[in-house]
Amino acid sequence: MKKLIANREIDVNEEGYLIDFSQWNREIGEGIASNCDIEMTDKHWEVIEYLQDKHLKEEALSIRGIKKSGVINIKEFYALFPKGPLKTSTLIAGIPKPKSCI
Amino acid sequence: MKNLVILGAGTSGTMMASHLVKKLPKKEWNITIIDQYKTHYYQPGFLFLPFDIYTEEQVKKTGSKFIPKGVKYVQEKIELIEPEFNKVVLQDDKTLNYDILIIATGSKIAPDEIEGMEGPEWQKSIFDFYSYEGAKALRDKLREWKGGKLVVHITEMPIKCPVAPLEFAFLADSYFKKKGMRDKVDITYVTPLDGAFTKPKATKALHHLLEEKGIKEVTSFNIERVDYENNKIIDYADTEVAYDLLVTVPTNMGDELIERSGMGDDLNFVPTHKHTLQSKNHDNVFVIGDATNIPTSKAGSVAHFEAEILEENILRYIEGKTLKEDFDGHANCFVETGNGKALLIDFNYTQEPVEGTFPFPGVGPLKLLKENKMNHLGKLAFRWIYWNMLLKGIPIPFVSSKMSTKGKRIEQTA
Repeated sequence: MKKLIANREIDVNEEGYLIDFSQWNREIGEGIASNCDIEMTDKHWEVIEYLQDKHLKEEALSIRGIKKSGVINIKEFYALFPKGPLKTSTLIAGIPKPKSCI
Repeated sequence: MKNLVILGAGTSGTMMASHLVKKLPKKEWNITIIDQYKTHYYQPGFLFLPFDIYTEEQVKKTGSKFIPKGVKYVQEKIELIEPEFNKVVLQDDKTLNYDILIIATGSKIAPDEIEGMEGPEWQKSIFDFYSYEGAKALRDKLREWKGGKLVVHITEMPIKCPVAPLEFAFLADSYFKKKGMRDKVDITYVTPLDGAFTKPKATKALHHLLEEKGIKEVTSFNIERVDYENNKIIDYADTEVAYDLLVTVPTNMGDELIERSGMGDDLNFVPTHKHTLQSKNHDNVFVIGDATNIPTSKAGSVAHFEAEILEENILRYIEGKTLKEDFDGHANCFVETGNGKALLIDFNYTQEPVEGTFPFPGVGPLKLLKENKMNHLGKLAFRWIYWNMLLKGIPIPFVSSKMSTKGKRIEQTA
């Protein structure tokens, strides 16, 4: 399905996650964040870049991985992206929702 | 002579020994299996031990009894794998060279990963049922427990047998009903997932069952620590859940041997090709069962399906042929729902569990994703099948290693 984010038509799945990462840019990220009532700071962007880097390297994302990321600790992660931080941050990053679960 | 070495004599390792001893020419190959422990546990039975459904004797046997003739069994601790030198180091610096290595070292609980879990209250008010000792200690506790808040909790994924904690909650409901004290017990199911299970259709069915049995659900709970002084678990979002009796599934990790040998990921699971079961870093190293990092359930049924495919791939590897990318993540799990009933789920990497009949399309007698008594009998019968067929590498009739879509109600997505 298509969704209008930051005045652009973006392909998303039923949960709103981007299907094609090449459609992502900072404005899109900003747009998704404001829908989640999150105001992006430098620290937010640092986390987003870390997640995108992991995704491009095809490394699985998990809360445990955040602990070892060196970018942020889990408490801060929850403070930046309240409620489900991995779900929200990957949504903003334009990458798939992590399947931490089998 | 060439050497094939299997590390671990649990479900996967024993099955591989049984499979390969029949296939590898005795004049060319020595097969050795190494495990430091004497006892082979029927791990699915750990679910029943706390409720006095199974006895201690029903879940453990001497491991050597199941190692087939023609396979050398070494009961010793493995110190190190040196994949660059095709070598395994045992206690006392004894070494063993291999041409092919199969890693089947499994996974186990690591309660020390969470602050306060393995503290002074461990096995007093905080229990696990993923170890023999834990399940036994919990049984003794439940026998005398007067009631209160029972919290059934998963620390983090992946875990062995992801349905087991749900089954525990269901069985607890019927256990306390039978004891005439269900009204004195408040059961809460706490999970880091956003629902009862990892796949949507099964989550719906299982959520319904939890509701029906009056079991509360707390989802998306990522535990930070156990506050054992005040009897509560606390997550990173500062959500608190109070307990009188905490039954937790601690973090599951691969063996320390994998970490010592520098062959694992963050959780000591070995990076493995998900369709061939060859390790990602060494061509002559294969991995099976809970020890892999592949994205399917860590379960005996999965190990069983993997064993059939791994047998073929090892033979192909020896002949210098390309490996078959045949493993589809197939899992087949009975889910005990209490009161003498169970449901059955059958799924793989791409197909989530759906309703239907199993193993005969349209006939059954087992029903997928629906509770019935036949499924429960199937689960109980499985203990016999495990000791007498599975470990000996005898194929289970009508159940194939690749998942079948026959008899399943699969919605077509356009």
